[in-house]
Amino acid sequence: MARRLGLALATILLFLGSASTAGAQAQPPKAPANDDCLACHGDAEAKRENGTSVAVDQKVFADSKHGPLECVDCHKDLATIQEFPHPEKLAKVNCASCHDEEGAKYHDSIHSWAKEKAGLAVAPACADCHGTHDIRGTDDKTSRVFRANIPATCGSCHQGVLDKYRVGIHATKRDAGNDAAPVCADCHTAHGIQRTDTDAARLSVTAECGTCHAESMRTYRDTFHGQVTRLGFVRVATCADCHGAHDIFPKADARSMVNAANRVTTCQKCHPSANENFAQYDPHADRHDKARSASLYYTGKFMDGLLISVFGFFGVHTVLWFSRGLKERRRRQ
Amino acid sequence: MATYRRFDATNRVLHGFLMLSFLGLAATGLPLLFGESRWAVILATLMGGIHIAGRLHRVSATILILVFLVHLVRVLKQLVIDRDFGALWGPSSMVPQPRDISEMIGHFKWFLGLGERPKFGRYTYWEKFDYWAVFWGMGIIGFSGLLLWFPTAFARILPGWLFNIALLIHGEEALLAVVFIFTVHFFNTHMRPEKFPLDPVIFTGRLSEHELREERPAEYDQLAASGGLAAIEVGPAPSWVIPSARIFAAVVVSTGVVVVVLIVLALIQGRG
Repeated sequence: MARRLGLALATILLFLGSASTAGAQAQPPKAPANDDCLACHGDAEAKRENGTSVAVDQKVFADSKHGPLECVDCHKDLATIQEFPHPEKLAKVNCASCHDEEGAKYHDSIHSWAKEKAGLAVAPACADCHGTHDIRGTDDKTSRVFRANIPATCGSCHQGVLDKYRVGIHATKRDAGNDAAPVCADCHTAHGIQRTDTDAARLSVTAECGTCHAESMRTYRDTFHGQVTRLGFVRVATCADCHGAHDIFPKADARSMVNAANRVTTCQKCHPSANENFAQYDPHADRHDKARSASLYYTGKFMDGLLISVFGFFGVHTVLWFSRGLKERRRRQ
Repeated sequence: MATYRRFDATNRVLHGFLMLSFLGLAATGLPLLFGESRWAVILATLMGGIHIAGRLHRVSATILILVFLVHLVRVLKQLVIDRDFGALWGPSSMVPQPRDISEMIGHFKWFLGLGERPKFGRYTYWEKFDYWAVFWGMGIIGFSGLLLWFPTAFARILPGWLFNIALLIHGEEALLAVVFIFTVHFFNTHMRPEKFPLDPVIFTGRLSEHELREERPAEYDQLAASGGLAAIEVGPAPSWVIPSARIFAAVVVSTGVVVVVLIVLALIQGRG
């Protein structure tokens, strides 16, 4: 009850304050300072009419990335309001007014599309991943967007995907202390997340695999699937089509899509009548690797020899003929 | 001066389709081999995407296979129905013979000013090389291409590692064929000083008495001795043929030169 009284008093004081400044016509109204706001919102029991909390923990806010900011930097419409307590319905905070690059990426993302266009109310906006008054930087271990915490943050909605990711090799490697192993945002990006069946997403995720798996990317680019996708056509296999996306396992693992026992099924996703023979094709063949495939290695050497001898012979033949032909031509003229 | 028939109409038409389908195959296939180069991406985009290029590649391949089959049927007909075995041995055969080796050595001597030019016949050793290079290329590129076109069908009988080999030789042999045709073949037929800028014989099917005597003296002597010259004497080519051939050949030859330059650029920029 005493708190209620305090709230009312503060409101009156604020009201009087703003009324007195309003008297000096030339001066624009003075925006409330953080202390003014905290006079009400600093109260842990502060509630809306419907009973939901409007409290802001002053210490949490001061510790946050936005600690140095004014309340009205984000709650802009309160900068000019003169009547307190202010109406319950305020303008939405627009993070993009400072974070324009992230805002633009988010605006084109599947999350924004789901929320704004498809009407999926639970689809995330900035605060769902970053928090509100407790926003912390990506370098802060307690941040929801700190690298190690990202899977849990995404998994708070994508629980099924998180379960798959948790058992896969990437999460296993992370658990074993390899911080380079990917979290969600490495493949999907943070703000500009796209549907994974779009051409752009398929290409960018594939490129991302290559940032760690450089050798596999090189051999992929040397074989048909990779040659075609490099030119922008993605209705052929990219990494995830054969290896899986979240529940990727090493080849030796029986759960792996590229395990010898599962390979035919994996090929059949695109090549319905693929058989055992077909699945022996090596989509990462390397003509320079004798141990991996001697037949390919020696065929490559033979082709090299053929090209060198044909062009060597006819190179000499052509140069000699050309110089003799010129002499002959001059002689006749 | 008299004009003589060298290539019949069917062979000229076959060569025309060979040329067009070859250019089509090169333009649609090379971007895959040189995907790191900007020009490959631009070329693929100009064709409406590499999947459209893939369709054009298969259309061109079908045309070229048909050309090859028509040629084989013609040779078979000559052998089986006409009982004419000249295709297997002798002056009008494409089969390499001892005289080709001595003519090649003689030609090198002539290059170096060490002797007279050999008395070439109807088909020279470099023309036979061109012919068999295409023949071998058709077998190698054609068969490996069909493997890659219908992989699941071929996998019923063939092991999977063969598709890796097929992909490798399809690309390498194609690179060999494209660069060979656009440099050596073009030089030997059109760009050498005696012929520059164009030898129209493949378009007109005709050569002059002077050309026949100077360049293929063995054939001329044999025809003159057997009285066969009259049988192949024809009137001059229609007046539109040579100018059209010049424009056509200029386009094809300059396309070829551009392609070779692009390939060399891509190779210099570093392709494993």
